[in-house]
Amino acid sequence: MSVPMVHARGVRKHFGHLEVLKGIDLAVQPGEVVVILGPSGSGKSTFLRCVNHLETIDGGAIFVDGELIGFEASGGKVRHLRRREITRQRREIGMVFQQFNLFPHFTVLQNVIEAPVGVRGEPREQARERAHALLRRVGLEDKAGSYPRQLSGGQQQRVAIARALAMRPKLMLFDEPTSALDPELVGEVLATMKGLAEDGLTMIVVTHEIGFAREVADRVVFMDGGVVVESGTPADVLDNPSSPRTQAFLSRVL
Amino acid sequence: MKEPPEIDVAGAARTRHPLRWVASLVLLVLAAQLVSLLVTNPNFQWDVVARYVNAQIIGQGIMTTLLLTVIAMFVGVVLGVLLAVGRLSENPVARAACGLYVWFFRGTPVLVQLVLWYNLSYLLPEISFGIPFGPEFVSADTNVLITPLLAAILGLGLNEGAYMAEIIRGGLMSVDPGQTEAASALGMSSARTFRRIVLPQAMRFIIPPTGSQVISMLKATSLVSVIALADLLYTVQSIYNRTFQTIPLLIVACVWYLVITSILYVGQSFIERHYARGATRNQPQGFWSFVTSFRRRPMPTPEVPS
Ligand SMILES: Nc1ncnc2c1ncn2[C@@H]1O[C@H](COP(=O)(O)OP(=O)(O)OP(=O)(O)O)[C@@H](O)[C@H]1O
Ligand SMILES: [Mg+2]
Repeated sequence: MSVPMVHARGVRKHFGHLEVLKGIDLAVQPGEVVVILGPSGSGKSTFLRCVNHLETIDGGAIFVDGELIGFEASGGKVRHLRRREITRQRREIGMVFQQFNLFPHFTVLQNVIEAPVGVRGEPREQARERAHALLRRVGLEDKAGSYPRQLSGGQQQRVAIARALAMRPKLMLFDEPTSALDPELVGEVLATMKGLAEDGLTMIVVTHEIGFAREVADRVVFMDGGVVVESGTPADVLDNPSSPRTQAFLSRVL
Repeated sequence: MKEPPEIDVAGAARTRHPLRWVASLVLLVLAAQLVSLLVTNPNFQWDVVARYVNAQIIGQGIMTTLLLTVIAMFVGVVLGVLLAVGRLSENPVARAACGLYVWFFRGTPVLVQLVLWYNLSYLLPEISFGIPFGPEFVSADTNVLITPLLAAILGLGLNEGAYMAEIIRGGLMSVDPGQTEAASALGMSSARTFRRIVLPQAMRFIIPPTGSQVISMLKATSLVSVIALADLLYTVQSIYNRTFQTIPLLIVACVWYLVITSILYVGQSFIERHYARGATRNQPQGFWSFVTSFRRRPMPTPEVPS
C-alpha cells in the first residue's frame, strides 16, 4: 500500500483544562475525499487546524505525505520544528475557511498570486497566467480585478479555493466552507469542490452538507466529544449508522 | 376596511428651529464685539505684528519648529511600530518591557522629560559604548553629546513613541485574526504576513489619529523653548525680551502656528475621508453646508386649500 496522504495517530489536544481531541486516529489515502461530520464543539475544526499546525498538538502524531507535522524526530528524541520549517510544511497544505478570509486590500488576482510569488518565488507573469486559469476553473475569470467586498459570499469562497490551489497543495482542508453562505450560494461552492474531487485532489472536508457527503465523499467520519465515533463509506455511516450517537446526530440534521 | 386619508407628504412645511436662530444671533453679536476689540484696542500693535510676521528670523524659527516636528514624529512612528509589535509579541519579557516604556513615557509630563534629557549630564557625566559591564570602546562628555536639538528630539520623539505605540497597537488589533490565519495557512512567514497583510489593513485605523498626533506634535515643539532651542516660540520670546513688544510677537507666533496647523488639518481631513469611505452613513453637517443651506433651501410652496 502507498503512504497515506494524511496519517493521524492518537492525536490529543487540549485548551487549558478542556480536552478537545482525545486520541484521533485517521488515515486518508492519496486522492481520497473524507468528509468529517459531528455536532458543534466535537473538535472538527480543531483537528483540521492541527493537520496544518495552526494548532500545536499535545500528543500523538500527524504525518502528511509521510512527513511528521510540526515536530522533528531523530535518534529517539522529538523536538518542535522551527517556524521556518512549519511555514514550509504549510505550503503543501491548502486550507479554506468558513469566513473565506480573503485579503480585502488586494484584488482577486492579487489574492491568488500573493503566496505563489511572495512565498514560492514563482515568476509574476507565470503566477498570473496560472491564477487566470484557476479563476476560470472556479468560474470567476471576469472578476480578477474586483476587490473581495465587491463579490458575493459564494464568489468569495471560490476565490479562496483558487487562492489555496495556487500553491499546488498535496492536500486541501475545508472547514465548513458553505456555512457562512446564503442557501442559494451553497451549490456553486459545492460544485467547485466536487470538480476538485473528480480531478483526484486529496481533501478533508468538515461540513454539514449531508448531500455533498453522500455524493462526493469516499469516506465519512463521524466525530463526537473529541473522538472518531464511526468511519466508513457514505452509505454505511449515513444510512446504517452503527453507533447510537451517530444515529442521534443524523436524525437531527437530516 | 377604511382607506387612509388622501395625503401626499411632498411639499410638507419644514420644521422651524427658532433656538438655532437665537444662538446664531448671540454668536454674531459676540463675534462683532471681538472684531471691534481687535480693531480698536491699540495694545495689539498690529503694525508691530505686520513688521515681524514675515521677518527672516521668524522664518528660521519656523524651520526649526517644522524640522523638529518631522524628526520627532519620525522617531515616534518607528519607535511606536517596534513597541506595538513588542506589546503584541508572544515573548512575555518583551511585552512587559514595552508595556513599562509606554507606562513611563505616557505617565510623566513631556516637559519634565525634555528638561531631564537636557540635564542628563548631572545623571551621567559621560556616555560610553561598549560591552555591558565590560570594556568600553568609545565614550563622550554628555554635555557635548546632548545638544539642545538632540535633547529636544529625544524628549519629544521618545514620548511620541509611547503614544504612537498605543495607536498602532489598536490598529493592529483591529485587523481580523482570520487574516493572519489565512496567511499562515498559505505558508507566509510572520514577517511577510505583518508587512503585506496586517499592517496595510491596520493603516486605515492608524492614519487618522496619527494626523492628530502630528498637529499636537507641532504645538508640543513649543515646549523646547525651555531648553533654549531656537524654535518659533523661542525666537519670538528672545525678540520681545529685548523690545518688550510681548503681545504682538506672541500674535505673530500664533498666526504661524495657525497657518501650519490649518494646512495640516486640511491634509488630515483629506486622508481621513479617504480612509473612512463608506464607514458612516450620516456625516454631521459641515459648517459651509449649514451656511449655504439657508440660501439653497427651496421655499416651501404653501398648500392652497381647494
Ligand atoms: N483557541 C481556543 N481556545 C479555547 N478553547 C477552544 C479554542 N478553540 C476551540 N476551543 C474549544 O474547543 C472545542 C471544540 O472546538 P471546535 O471549533 O474544534 O469544534 P467544532 O467541532 O469545529 O464545532 P463547530 O461545528 O461549532 O465548528 C469547543 O468547546 C471550543 O470552545
Ligand atoms: Mg468548527
